[in-house]
Amino acid sequence: MLKTRIMPTLLYKDLGLVKGVRFDSWRRVGSAMQSVKVYNMREVDELVFLDITATRDGREPDYELVDDLADECFMPLTVGGGVSAVEHFERLLKVGADKVAVNTALDERPDLIGEAAATFGAQCVVASIDARRTADGRHEAVTRSGTRPTGRDAVALAVEAQERGAGEILLTSVDRDGTMEGYDLDLTRAVAAAVTIPVIASGGAGEYEHMADALLHAGASAIAAASMFHFTEQTPLEAKHYLRARGVAVRI
Amino acid sequence: MQVAIVDYGMGNLDSVARAVEECGGRPFVTGEPRDLATAAAVILPGVGAFARGMANIRERGLDRAIVDDVAASEVPLLGLCLGMQLLATTGTEGTTTAGLDLVPGVVERMADSDGLRIPHVGWNEVHHASPHPLFDEIPSGRDFYFVHSYHLRCDDPGDVIATVPYGGDLVAAVARGTVAGVQFHPEKSQRTGFRLLRNFLASAERRDEPALTFSRPRR
Repeated sequence: MLKTRIMPTLLYKDLGLVKGVRFDSWRRVGSAMQSVKVYNMREVDELVFLDITATRDGREPDYELVDDLADECFMPLTVGGGVSAVEHFERLLKVGADKVAVNTALDERPDLIGEAAATFGAQCVVASIDARRTADGRHEAVTRSGTRPTGRDAVALAVEAQERGAGEILLTSVDRDGTMEGYDLDLTRAVAAAVTIPVIASGGAGEYEHMADALLHAGASAIAAASMFHFTEQTPLEAKHYLRARGVAVRI
Repeated sequence: MQVAIVDYGMGNLDSVARAVEECGGRPFVTGEPRDLATAAAVILPGVGAFARGMANIRERGLDRAIVDDVAASEVPLLGLCLGMQLLATTGTEGTTTAGLDLVPGVVERMADSDGLRIPHVGWNEVHHASPHPLFDEIPSGRDFYFVHSYHLRCDDPGDVIATVPYGGDLVAAVARGTVAGVQFHPEKSQRTGFRLLRNFLASAERRDEPALTFSRPRR
């Protein structure tokens, strides 16, 4: 059967990897190349690589960097950051990305999803949705690394992304990001119930049990995590042993 | 050994080339039809939609080269993901499109019944359907990486060499003579994927001297 993926997330900013709390207070956590090599050696299920300042700086993706990283990455690689045109998809796929994540363009250039899906297939278009909880308990989608509120409901945006042709949702809770307090299960549940494409839960993982919660109780199809792999002794492999014991199908 | 990786503007060419290199082959990426006849083995990669893929292949005159200079000349050919689907007779992604017709069958959208999420993304088990050298030393049931929304339905069940369980047994690998294809991505399936690529390269090595390969006259 299909195995549940545990995906380390690598955030890239100013020539190195960083990790923050609630999309802020960034700490340096090492070199991108070194991390890719380590995760390649450990044979993780898939990697997510996001350049979190490309859009803010008005840059396209750094194709040379992705090329170098992908050359060391013999596992699936999802790349995002600065993607605002079909040509960006083409160039990223050509240098070794397997899937391309789109965040800001979901709101600012929504036709991009459909155009990219028509050319490269829905399976390589990942809608990366960052959501922040509002005072009235809804989840508002935010873009530009969490700095720009869109006024749009995250669940509705996920449904729209699917209709336009996205093949997967990478769903990040800004409120939980870096806190290691657990995924936002309400958010995950709402989006997973509203779409039929796979949903990757992201933001908040601090222990293996959090992963089990998102998978078993909120409908997530896969798990992304960063802080717990950067700042604790926990590893993707151990996570899988734990999840297997909880009845989740994983690849070990 | 020279391994041609067919560039029709839609592949993860670099990943495939890197993987072939790691597996001991000498990859060269080309979109030139006449180059294909010079290769000891040919890989048809692909990420994308069927109709666009075939249109690009035809535009570049690669369809003739793949059918006549590769398949008919028994140069081992391996299609990956969309590249495997393009081997079929017909595709139904977007519009109904004629494929390369090297493996009779039709490519259809996967049925999203039983709450199955589509696309089928992730690592899933590949079970042998009939013995084939492509799976030498790869036990049945090993995980490979899949990412697709369409699947190939073969006219001749004898062409199916492996299946993957996702809402029924779907075609994971096909072979017909020296033409083969896999729905998954061996270039992204780590050790097991590399084993399969090595097996493919070995099948090309087992052939007689590549120099003896004859090119059929173009019609």
